[in-house]
Amino acid sequence: MYKTNNTEELLNISGADIKRCMKCGRCSASCPSYEDMDILPHQFVSFAENGRAEDLMASESLWKCLSCFACIERCPRDVKPARLIEAARLMIIRKQGEDYLSPDEIPELLNPEVPQQLLVSAFRKYRR
Amino acid sequence: MIYSYYPGCTLKTKAKELDEFARLSATKLGFTLEEIEEWQCCGAVYPLGTDEVASKLPVIRALNEAKKKNQPLVTLCSACHHVFKRVNDDMKNNKDIRDTVKNYDEELEYKGETEVLHYLEVIKNFVGFDKLKAMVETPLKGRKVGAYYGCMLLRPSSIMQFDDPENPTIFEDFLRAIGAEPVIYPYRNECCGGYISLKEKQKAQGMVEKIVENATSNGSKELITACPLCQYNVKQTAGEDLPVYYFTDLLAEALGLKEGEADV
Ligand code: SF4
Ligand code: SF4
Repeated sequence: MYKTNNTEELLNISGADIKRCMKCGRCSASCPSYEDMDILPHQFVSFAENGRAEDLMASESLWKCLSCFACIERCPRDVKPARLIEAARLMIIRKQGEDYLSPDEIPELLNPEVPQQLLVSAFRKYRR
Repeated sequence: MIYSYYPGCTLKTKAKELDEFARLSATKLGFTLEEIEEWQCCGAVYPLGTDEVASKLPVIRALNEAKKKNQPLVTLCSACHHVFKRVNDDMKNNKDIRDTVKNYDEELEYKGETEVLHYLEVIKNFVGFDKLKAMVETPLKGRKVGAYYGCMLLRPSSIMQFDDPENPTIFEDFLRAIGAEPVIYPYRNECCGGYISLKEKQKAQGMVEKIVENATSNGSKELITACPLCQYNVKQTAGEDLPVYYFTDLLAEALGLKEGEADV
């Protein structure tokens, strides 16, 4: 199967073993963000198989995944689909100017109750 | 017994109660939490990318400090616990990561030797729920409490090894020991939305509404958690309808360590 450079990079960063996938869809059925995703967790696996990293990098799902690890826990074949989502997200935020969160946005998102943990994790997920 | 203790940044600021009641209770239960010196933030999320090693260094340094003292390392915050367990697993089982770490810091000779324990595991395995029960001064009689586990403590279970990821019991056993009535509800291991609540409040709200509805319809009058972000997300949506406390808050109350406080 033809793989683009991006797909190779995606697979390397993710460490996910996509060949093991048996396309049962259990990962997507477990995903609490299912309704908001344009590409579903099990589709991340097939897109990667078909060398379509660019589509994954443009997916809205990158910003909808919660890193709750339900898909990883419940996959019967230990494929780890969330790692593909993470890899695509990292490839985007590592590009200049493609952050999902800019410091200018922060003041209006804050309220006095926001725990440090929330800011630290959002910065880790949305920015380089 | 003395444990190395990693509080993490949120327990020093917004979640001071989680920390303070844990320390107070530890003394009463007969163990000591010795805070690791000059620890740095764990990053709150485990770096999932295989090429992300530098961001694990603060955690590896803390683990190594505990190793030098030959002490297990204890955490409280679910996110810290998650990150520590997973980074420790990397260091134990992944030679590539170990080698990269050595490139960053020659002196970091660490191979996952430190045992990482959640505070609740210390109570379960080293104090014992029976002994805890015997030490309770003010049993929380008639309190119907739902344990809200969330994601971070449980998944992935192959690494976290905290409890059964689909049907956990440790918080319920804890609640029974302090005299409360645990409420079992199916959504107790569902995600609160985590970091999504920063930019997408509506989405987080929708997720929390389902959890709160499920907890209350099964009879919960209050929730407990170990995670400051779970607490924040639930509070933002549930407000006064379903209070959510840190488990150490109820622990200290049951041990009679909160006397004189107006809100008890
Ligand atoms: S980790 Fe992401 S993709 Fe996997 S189940 Fe959770 S939200 Fe869905
Ligand atoms: S649960 Fe695992 S095996 Fe099933 S479709 Fe998802 S990745 Fe493939």
